[in-house]
Amino acid sequence: MKAGTNLEKILESGKFAVTAEAGPPKGTSAAVIQRKAEMLRHCCDAVNITDNQTAIVRMSSLAGCVIARQAGVEPVMQMVVRDRNRLALQADILGAIALGVGNFLCLSGDHQKFGNHPQAKGVFDIDSIQLIQMMKQMRDEKKFLNGDEISGDVPMYIGAAANPFADPFEYRVKRLAKKVKAGVDFIQTQAVYDVPRFARYMKMACDMGLDKKVHVLAGVIPIRSLGMARYMRDYVSGVTVPDEIITRLEKAEKAKEEGVKIILDIIEQLKEIPGVHGIHIMAVGWEDIVQEMVEKAGLMPRPVL
Amino acid sequence: MKTITEQKPIEEIMQYVDKCRWVHIIGCGTCATLCHTGGKSEVMELQRQLEAAGKKVSGWMVIPTACDELTADALREEAEAIDKADCIVAMTCAIGVQNIAIHMKDVKPVYPGLNTMFIGIEDRPGHFTEVCLQCASCVLGRTACVCPLVRCAKSLLNGPCGGSSGGRCEISPDVPCAWQIIYDRLVATGRLDEMEAIEPVKDWSVSVSGGPRMVDVDAECGIVRPKAEPEAAATKG
Repeated sequence: MKAGTNLEKILESGKFAVTAEAGPPKGTSAAVIQRKAEMLRHCCDAVNITDNQTAIVRMSSLAGCVIARQAGVEPVMQMVVRDRNRLALQADILGAIALGVGNFLCLSGDHQKFGNHPQAKGVFDIDSIQLIQMMKQMRDEKKFLNGDEISGDVPMYIGAAANPFADPFEYRVKRLAKKVKAGVDFIQTQAVYDVPRFARYMKMACDMGLDKKVHVLAGVIPIRSLGMARYMRDYVSGVTVPDEIITRLEKAEKAKEEGVKIILDIIEQLKEIPGVHGIHIMAVGWEDIVQEMVEKAGLMPRPVL
Repeated sequence: MKTITEQKPIEEIMQYVDKCRWVHIIGCGTCATLCHTGGKSEVMELQRQLEAAGKKVSGWMVIPTACDELTADALREEAEAIDKADCIVAMTCAIGVQNIAIHMKDVKPVYPGLNTMFIGIEDRPGHFTEVCLQCASCVLGRTACVCPLVRCAKSLLNGPCGGSSGGRCEISPDVPCAWQIIYDRLVATGRLDEMEAIEPVKDWSVSVSGGPRMVDVDAECGIVRPKAEPEAAATKG
């Protein structure tokens, strides 16, 4: 075991994992995270705590992780390289481990242009692949990036993101391979709506033997309304929503219910794709739907290991 | 290579010259003329605006290349008009502004009239793109001659992020994704396998984070770098 986290145990034992996401508040209330933790506690193996997502300032991911943990949820600490240089990243990793965090997710981060401080200086001292490599070195060699010794153990289960829907498509699997080479243990993908394209991506990954080296959790974003689906299709970079889904929502009497059905259909298909070892549900503010969805997808109760 | 500049808002220039009655204006005949930010017509337009605001302009000139050593001679030739002025507004790039300030020997204040934006190349007629960060550890040999440090909005060194779509960067449909260009060039020249190697972390100490960069250039031996500081000095925190 690398970190001995619940997520690691689930994935390494070959079980189908379920993770979700909780964004910290734009304020000081621990209750916001506690509430989300309560909603997600029984239906997920671990919950990602986002790190200034969409470049909007929020309570720190590290603090959020500690609160989530106290509320009985195993956190995955998201870390973006947009806001911290190599010193700050390593310092927060040490602190997070000391406070009981074991799962980490390495990200570039949305560009600051999209957030609420568009005039901020983006740090980008190292990139997300270099962050994976740095974490692996810290864990396996107990050395900082500069080679200095770290005192104490550095248990980490290292994750990263992948977007099979970005361009150039042919390069996407090679990028996944690069992350594997850097030392990643698990991957959470961008939301999958275009299942055939995702299946092609996974086929390429399996052909390269990557499914034997990394656990891929397919991303899922519940659709709340027709407007949301259209918005994601038109404005969210790196997400493709096929017309077929839009049509289904247009025709439905209750778009919200149809949205849940669409996602359940997608999850059913995802389970069958070779190399997919779990799902990652990003409910973006609609956390109360997650348990119902996991239940209906036949993924409850969650295994206790 | 061109230094790309833009004009500062007139309000900012007016704040600088607020306490000055007489102003002297200097333009540059090279990059700033090409950018239409500090050539003869822009200098004369600033003169008009200053005079409209009640200022006196003691004189103006467009130095052929404000960043070179001949600036000293140009300033001497214009000494009479400059002497009369309370300050100088330099409509040149920041290098020109600083060069003029050095040669003025602190006799009177020099204010910039332009913002210096970037070092760019004209990649299509009338269109300039920033292509170099001047980082002192060039990666172009591994990135098909496209610098991701300035051409990628996140300065990524290991390939495109998840926001690359249809060859465009997520920050704007007007911005090409640097990594798409790199990818296409590597494919075209049969070098795609080079993208599999992990680019190591950048040494910023030789770049903008290492303090002011200085070198001595010797006519016979080329660049003479100052001796590296001893290790102990670097660990003092």
